[in-house]
Amino acid sequence: MSASTHSPVLKHHFDDLGQQHASERLGIWMFLATEVLFFGGIFGAYTVYRLWYPSEFVLASSHLAWKFATINTVFLITSSLTITLGIRAAKLGDRSALLRYLLITAALGTAFMVVKGFEYKADLHERYVPGPMFQAEYAEAVKPIATMTHAQAEAYFAADATKSHPDHEPWARDLALRNHEGSTAAPADPGKIQLFLCFYYIMTGIHGIHIIVGIGCILWLVWEAWRGTIPPENYSTVEVVSLYWHLVDAIWLFLMPLLYLAGIGYGHH
Amino acid sequence: MSIAVPHGTPALATTSPVPPEPAPAPVNYLNVSHTIWSWLFTVDHKRIGLLYLGSISVFFIIGGIFAALVRMNLMSPNGAILTEDAYNRAFTAHGVMMLFFFLIPAVPGVMGNFFIPLMIGAKDLAFPKLNLASWYVFMIGAAFSGWAVLVGGIDTGWTLYPPYSSRSSQSNILPGVMGVFISGFSSIMTGLNIMVTIHKMRAPGMTWGRLPLFVWSLYGTSLIQLLATPVVAVTLLLLMVEKAAGIGIFDPTIGGDPILFQHMFWFYSHPAVYIMILPGMGVVSEILTCFSRKNIFGYHAVAWSSMGIAVVGFLLWAHHMFVAGISFYAALLFSLLSMLVAVPSAIKVFNWTATLYRGSITFHAPMILALGFLVLFVVGGLTGLFLATLGTDIHLHDTYFVVAHFHFVMVGGMVIAYMAGLHFWWPKMTGRMYSDWWSRVAAIIMIVGFFLTFVPQFIMGYHGAPRRYPNYPQEFQIYNVLSTAGSSVLGLGYLLPGIYLPLSLFFGKKATANPWSATGLEWITPSPPTVHNFDATPVVVCGPYEYAIGVDQMGRGLPEPPGPGGSDGPTGPSGPMKKETEVVG
Repeated sequence: MSASTHSPVLKHHFDDLGQQHASERLGIWMFLATEVLFFGGIFGAYTVYRLWYPSEFVLASSHLAWKFATINTVFLITSSLTITLGIRAAKLGDRSALLRYLLITAALGTAFMVVKGFEYKADLHERYVPGPMFQAEYAEAVKPIATMTHAQAEAYFAADATKSHPDHEPWARDLALRNHEGSTAAPADPGKIQLFLCFYYIMTGIHGIHIIVGIGCILWLVWEAWRGTIPPENYSTVEVVSLYWHLVDAIWLFLMPLLYLAGIGYGHH
Repeated sequence: MSIAVPHGTPALATTSPVPPEPAPAPVNYLNVSHTIWSWLFTVDHKRIGLLYLGSISVFFIIGGIFAALVRMNLMSPNGAILTEDAYNRAFTAHGVMMLFFFLIPAVPGVMGNFFIPLMIGAKDLAFPKLNLASWYVFMIGAAFSGWAVLVGGIDTGWTLYPPYSSRSSQSNILPGVMGVFISGFSSIMTGLNIMVTIHKMRAPGMTWGRLPLFVWSLYGTSLIQLLATPVVAVTLLLLMVEKAAGIGIFDPTIGGDPILFQHMFWFYSHPAVYIMILPGMGVVSEILTCFSRKNIFGYHAVAWSSMGIAVVGFLLWAHHMFVAGISFYAALLFSLLSMLVAVPSAIKVFNWTATLYRGSITFHAPMILALGFLVLFVVGGLTGLFLATLGTDIHLHDTYFVVAHFHFVMVGGMVIAYMAGLHFWWPKMTGRMYSDWWSRVAAIIMIVGFFLTFVPQFIMGYHGAPRRYPNYPQEFQIYNVLSTAGSSVLGLGYLLPGIYLPLSLFFGKKATANPWSATGLEWITPSPPTVHNFDATPVVVCGPYEYAIGVDQMGRGLPEPPGPGGSDGPTGPSGPMKKETEVVG
């Protein structure tokens, strides 16, 4: 009763640190449950459309930048390791190690967002954005091949692809060719491609916001650790943030296959 | 007066001594500090409960004004006072305000915050700062939605169905939905806080089987808040993106499915009606047993039925969509599951009724309201079965029958239960007794006014009057006029507590610690409670409702219960109680 009762980190309304830590842990797990339901709603909606429109989703996915996403996956998995090492450092009372691991974690999270930013920039450059931009780009690709035979259209796009500044984006060539009159492949509805892209932007956007919040929480921990207010008996503060961070990583591990790997077998690359 | 002990229960020869009335604490949570900042930055769960009380009272008045506008407009078949567009905005504002900013936060925000720690013997909720944050988030959400209503309103109905809301409507969808979205996080925060508190903060001896039923009902409520609210949050987010970007996943022109919105919306919004009603059931469980001076009948059945409602409530959302084009087999399944939820609800009603049987009932305002709840909830619940039945729902869907059913449960049930709880705990919250006579009159006016308002709607709905239409055939006018007349009586019933409760703060008698002679831990503290609730952590040795042997949860005797009442009103004990001679076998 004595040591823990008078601990400066014990909040007034708890009897002892054990109760305080148990409450914090239960609280964060319940919060994670709400997060799972939050993303669950949108994963559920994705599943419905994926089952309805499989070929469009595969085609749309195949034009996303899976290389960026792979690098980002490595960043996030590594960051989960470093924050866990941070818990251990906090438990051992090794403040410099704690600060080091927290900063590495925050840096990896930031690197993820930077890569994500480049990816969005590339998407925007390719005009691979649902709405007027997508529709205009698609219409531009459809127009010149409207009167061609299928073989002529293929040759036209092949020539376009070799230019240093192609007139058409790869996805627009692909989609226009597939919907061309002479194509043997089943047509792909451009509307449903945009539907996939809505999911892509919304899901990665919400996930990105979660990453930014996570980086903020980790930087707050850095501040607290630097001030020396995370003594070993209060290591659960680090644990609580780490649980949130792991969840955000885990959600990425679902987003990666749903968004990027769905189209990996589609043979145009 | 005497305490009736049910037959078969042996009267205890020895009863615990009645503890002396605790002296009113010179420093309590209300007078400990007086600055505005001490309220705005408080982390005391009791003060936060009062912050919620103040804000939801305002939203209740706003929602009530819109209800009055709707009812007055329906006096005439072609609309008495509003244009058709204004009518759409008025009923939407009524729905949004009442559901999201009154019913959902009402009991968890006010009474849950205030009484869960007191009832389980804790100093505060587990996360006091999160609790304060929840109130701020709630107010920010309310500001968005309130702004949307003030600058012209929303015309979609509170259900916000696309594609109308996302493509056609020119009203203030974005700020309105944003407000609801934000306030949802407040609901999650409150639910999470209450749930962790119940798990981790109980006083020694407060086992799960000794928790007051109000705590059980809020546990079920919090479960729904935690697991359902995030789904509507993401649904509303998708709707906002679609509205803002002009393209989104519910957009039928790109292959999106508006019905998917309805599924996702009702996955929350059906369980949300249990967020609204379950706390009311908890309040009523406390009051019925206290004012019939009997142990609750079937404690475990009532407690577990709260969990049953919370769980089954997740499985029946699509009964809102029977005519929306879902598959016949899905409709069949959801019809069956909808009837299933009547089982735990009925278990509660039967146990409450059995609690009343041969009790020594006194009719103070909380009890009158609780009995009113019992009757109105039975009507609301049974008419729900008509709507769960697939065949009759095709006939009754989107008629005033649905409106009447919903209001019987939500207003007749929940608002009445909220009022009952407010009257029951008002002495504890404020330290003052309100007028006994006026409160009884108000309770009766509320119940009578409610019947007058909504019974005509059942009849007109059964005859096919569709809801939400500003115009109607002449033959329905009589019902609409009756309903509007009844709503003015109901309005008077709500107005009265708005007068005598605030007046009691200045002119009411000082309340004793336990004016109703109730058994819960919240009554062992002085009225109003001290800042840290308990001087010493209470040790619980008894179940929550030991009225038969007359002991509270700490095993101490109870003060004399209030008499049948009169001009004096309940003032608590005037002297030590001679229990041995008054218990009858």
